[in-house]
Amino acid sequence: MPPTTTSTRTRGAPQRLGDRVFSGASTGAGVLILVILAGVAAFLVAEAWPALWADSSEIPGGDGIILYIWPVLFGTLLSAFFALVIATPLAVAIALFITHYAPRRIASLLGYLIDLLAAVPSIIFGLWGAFELAPMTVEPTRWLEDNLGFIPLFDGPASPTGRTMLVATIVLAVMILPIATAVIREAFLQTPRLHEEASLALGATRWEMIRMAVLPFGRSSIIGGLMLGLGRALGETMAVAIVLSASRDVVSFNLISSENPSTIAANIALSFPEASGLDVNTLIASGLVLFAVTLLVNMGARAVINRRRDFSGAN
Amino acid sequence: MAKRIEVKGLDIYYDKFLAVQGVSMTIEPRSVTALIGPSGCGKSTFLRTLNRMHELVPKARVEGKVLMDNQDLYGANVDPVGVRRHIGMVFQRPNPFPTMSIYDNVAAGLKLNNKRMKRKDLDDLVERSLRSANLWEEVKDRLNRPGSGLSGGQQQRLCIARAIAVAPDVLLMDEPCSALDPISTQAIEDLITELKEQYTIVIVTHNMQQAQRISDTTGFFNLQAIGEPGGLVELDTTTKIFTNPANSDTERYVSGRFG
Ligand SMILES: Nc1ncnc2c1ncn2[C@@H]1O[C@H](COP(=O)(O)OP(=O)(O)OP(=O)(O)O)[C@@H](O)[C@H]1O
Ligand SMILES: [Mg+2]
Repeated sequence: MPPTTTSTRTRGAPQRLGDRVFSGASTGAGVLILVILAGVAAFLVAEAWPALWADSSEIPGGDGIILYIWPVLFGTLLSAFFALVIATPLAVAIALFITHYAPRRIASLLGYLIDLLAAVPSIIFGLWGAFELAPMTVEPTRWLEDNLGFIPLFDGPASPTGRTMLVATIVLAVMILPIATAVIREAFLQTPRLHEEASLALGATRWEMIRMAVLPFGRSSIIGGLMLGLGRALGETMAVAIVLSASRDVVSFNLISSENPSTIAANIALSFPEASGLDVNTLIASGLVLFAVTLLVNMGARAVINRRRDFSGAN
Repeated sequence: MAKRIEVKGLDIYYDKFLAVQGVSMTIEPRSVTALIGPSGCGKSTFLRTLNRMHELVPKARVEGKVLMDNQDLYGANVDPVGVRRHIGMVFQRPNPFPTMSIYDNVAAGLKLNNKRMKRKDLDDLVERSLRSANLWEEVKDRLNRPGSGLSGGQQQRLCIARAIAVAPDVLLMDEPCSALDPISTQAIEDLITELKEQYTIVIVTHNMQQAQRISDTTGFFNLQAIGEPGGLVELDTTTKIFTNPANSDTERYVSGRFG
């Protein structure tokens, strides 16, 4: 090919109409997302502003903005963290079962059921948690209090209604399971046959093969799937609002008592109808904090994924 | 170390499809046996029955016997995982574990076999394996870098190092040079010639010159027609196969007048 052709192609050559339209459309979409994000952030900051500088006695509760937000932030992080603790091993195990252990028919049925779970509205999960799951946990939590009460998580006294942080985290775990499982399952399916065979040919058992080839290969997707789930757990409103009979100023690791911290999202939903004036600004300030936390979590996840990029198998 | 393999009346199936029929052959220890033949005649399939990788394909099975030093690899109470620990395999495309460092790649099989090994012993074994694979000088300064960052030829030698690190009795290679340039191919051929002092080596190749350069014995596989099972047509010393084969199909294949 003569050199002139290559140079005109790369620089300043008239592009095809289709290329121009497509690159314009995709750039536009990218910019639009940034604009929306910036708009949301600007709205939150502007509306939260009065509450940030208000006198502490004017904030609901009368102890200032920090002490107002801290308990609900704590509740948010606590419930999301334990939801993740419960969901992680389950999601990985289910994804492994579907991709590497189950007979094909059972695997696809199970995958389908898990996907269905994702389509259930969160209010249904909330109702299920409050009226089905909660009563069922009354006896077991009593047992936990009696036998494992020395662990702060199970300090008690066990709630007689079962509407506890424990139930809220279980409900959240169930809710993040489908998305996490779906992402992880896809990653496991993508494990190159080549690498699975490499470990099997070395004399690895199936479980050893999974540890050598499948899990490391899926590592960043596992983190990604869990982060998607975590995002959902942090922002979940209805399920938590229905399950918990929260007291807004409790800060406690106790998962099984009836004295529970609320979460930011649930607190906003429950308090908003009666809020007026500076109350509204305060609630929006807590929303700003939630926004920041979610952003931080996502950046943290990116950092974890990038740290071992060389070893990701992408090259 | 190096063991003799005897195959007796082996039929190899993918579900109901009989892919390879009636293979009987003896593979001598401390020698290189090359398997040649047209595409689709079942060379890879046959090779993978020797370390029981074949049965990993759903519904795949074999009939017949494969004896290694008189022990039937397909005996009733033989564990396929154990078989694969004694019979190493190198694949057509280099496949180091991308999530592991060069060091960990070589140590991968060792960790399976012998979970508790002193760091010093492990270091020694990794070095020895990389030296045997003629790769040590090239990677000794970057053992902690990912194996996937090496060139294709280096990656393939890394895979050979990984396979020989566990001191297998037999080494199976399925077209190990087909993805490599001539220089890397040369390096691997030299390596195979060195390794045959210690191992029983079976190599599938499409390269006639390569078979002549490195193998002592050559087996010619063929199939009568598409959809018919493939089979071993002739097995003899490499010199005989390439100069004076008994079968006319072999003669036509090795002289390039095939089809
Ligand atoms: N996983 C599989 N499932 C079903 N049939 C298969 C499978 N793998 C191979 N076969 C069939 O078995 C026969 C032998 O294939 P094989 O890969 O062993 O040939 P080969 O001699 O190695 O060919 P090549 O030189 O192209 O690598 C072919 O008819 C092929 O279609
Ligand atoms: Mg093949």
